[in-house]
Amino acid sequence: MKERSFTKRLTSGLVPAIPYLWLGVFFLVPFLIVFKISLSDPAIAQPPYKPVFEWSDITGFFSALDVENFELLTQDDLYFRATLSSVRIAAISTILLLLVGFPIAYGMARAPERHRSLLVALVILPFWTSFLIRIYAWIAILKPEGLLTQALTGMGLISEPLDILNTEWAVYIGIVYAYLPFMVLPLYATLEKMDDTLLEAALDLGSTPWRSFWTITVPLAMPGIIAGSLLCFIPAVGEFVIPDLLGGSETLMIGRQLWSEFFSNRDWPLASAVAILLLIVLVLPIVIYRDVEARRMETRP
Amino acid sequence: MTRRLSIFNVTSLVLGFAFLYLPILLLVVYSFNSSRLVTVWGGFSTQWYGALFRNQALMEAAWVTLRIALLSASIATVLGTLAALALTRYGRFPGRTLFTGMVYAPMVMPEVITGLSLLLFFVAIDLDRGFWTITLAHTTLTMCFVTVVVQARLMTFDRSLEEAAMDLGAPPLRTFFSVTLPLIAPSIVAGFLLAFTLSLDDLVVASFNTGPGATTLPIRIYSQVRLGLSPEINAASTILIGLVTLGVISATLLSKRSVLRSRRNAH
Repeated sequence: MKERSFTKRLTSGLVPAIPYLWLGVFFLVPFLIVFKISLSDPAIAQPPYKPVFEWSDITGFFSALDVENFELLTQDDLYFRATLSSVRIAAISTILLLLVGFPIAYGMARAPERHRSLLVALVILPFWTSFLIRIYAWIAILKPEGLLTQALTGMGLISEPLDILNTEWAVYIGIVYAYLPFMVLPLYATLEKMDDTLLEAALDLGSTPWRSFWTITVPLAMPGIIAGSLLCFIPAVGEFVIPDLLGGSETLMIGRQLWSEFFSNRDWPLASAVAILLLIVLVLPIVIYRDVEARRMETRP
Repeated sequence: MTRRLSIFNVTSLVLGFAFLYLPILLLVVYSFNSSRLVTVWGGFSTQWYGALFRNQALMEAAWVTLRIALLSASIATVLGTLAALALTRYGRFPGRTLFTGMVYAPMVMPEVITGLSLLLFFVAIDLDRGFWTITLAHTTLTMCFVTVVVQARLMTFDRSLEEAAMDLGAPPLRTFFSVTLPLIAPSIVAGFLLAFTLSLDDLVVASFNTGPGATTLPIRIYSQVRLGLSPEINAASTILIGLVTLGVISATLLSKRSVLRSRRNAH
């Protein structure tokens, strides 16, 4: 009997233990290694940094660590500018996403109930098709002599070819396009639950639709606005594929900088330092997002 | 007041969905273009599909991608479901805060960081980069999405059914397999499909962790796209889009049928 309860306890303890262990090994430890390597010196070797850890040489291990890479990050203003421009591009994209996503989510929430699940499915469907392919599709549309130019010339709206590809505008379009479901779905979730009688009451009391929108709809949709914005802003700051394929060489973003330090310059310690920098920028939004999500999970019926 | 769609609502829905679907539609249409120039229409042709299937490198990449996605999604589904159970059923176990953090963080963590950190880890433990490192990386990345999907189902779950089974003398493990698992099965399937698609689609994490002989489809497509547009990529994309659409539609129909059936049984 005693033995049985022991095995029972063992098997039940395994449920949290297995995923815990997995995430510890494949998420936490790699993360600490990034931190460690960001403090070491590059070396022309395979792998291209000074050795990791020897138990026999603990003092050597600590004395080899220095903040040289981080000093480099502060000296060369390239990284500062890349960080700033990433945050700016992500913030502008998030605002654009709100402007594009809100009317769509609002329309969905007001659609007849029998159509709503179809509309939700239609918003999610593009998300299931490859991200890379969806960005690729925009190259053909935005390039000079591309499909957008052809269409607008055909309608007689423009005479000169539009040159949008390889500009920051192309990056905005790409981010808005790729992230739209992440903005629309949380907004829809809050707008759908909204009590219509509030708007009706406001209207009866003489409020204009515009004023009711700002004093009733927007405050009630706030949890969705915050969740959607963070869900778009955080990955947009570290975005690599969109600025790389649509932004041209001029668009400076930190995710792209990390990629080129790693793949082109093969400077792993510097790439790790850039990763830590990116993380410092994102730690606050990530913590806020986690709190918002945890609260949403708890208040769920 | 019944909700009525205003002209503004209809217009924003039409424009919104046009924005979402027009680029994909154009991509599909131009895969049947006979011209090599992707943006100039030269008549209908299916030649690029033939060229695609003769493209050995692309076909090999597709096969590698599929194997990685199946394997990593399967492991991720098991791990993710266990993590969801741990979060909903185990109350406060030691280190729960860290655990929650580790579950949610990979979802919002920029892919470049996840990719780089896993690569440095694999180098540190001296594991050769290739098929297995991508599989392990994708498992870690996608299990969190499985957890969220399954956790959402477990939270709305009627626990009195489990209690009834236990009261009738079923041991916990048996209760789990004959009561809990069938009830959360749809969310586990949904989690698996999500993990599978994410793995199929991933470029950044795979690029960091790839090695000789393990070029995935996104890596191959990316390197070809960087050289310029190619109608073959349009053809490959069209096939992928077709498969995904088919999969999503059949999954929707299946879940609808199971909802109908359970409703019938309830009466």
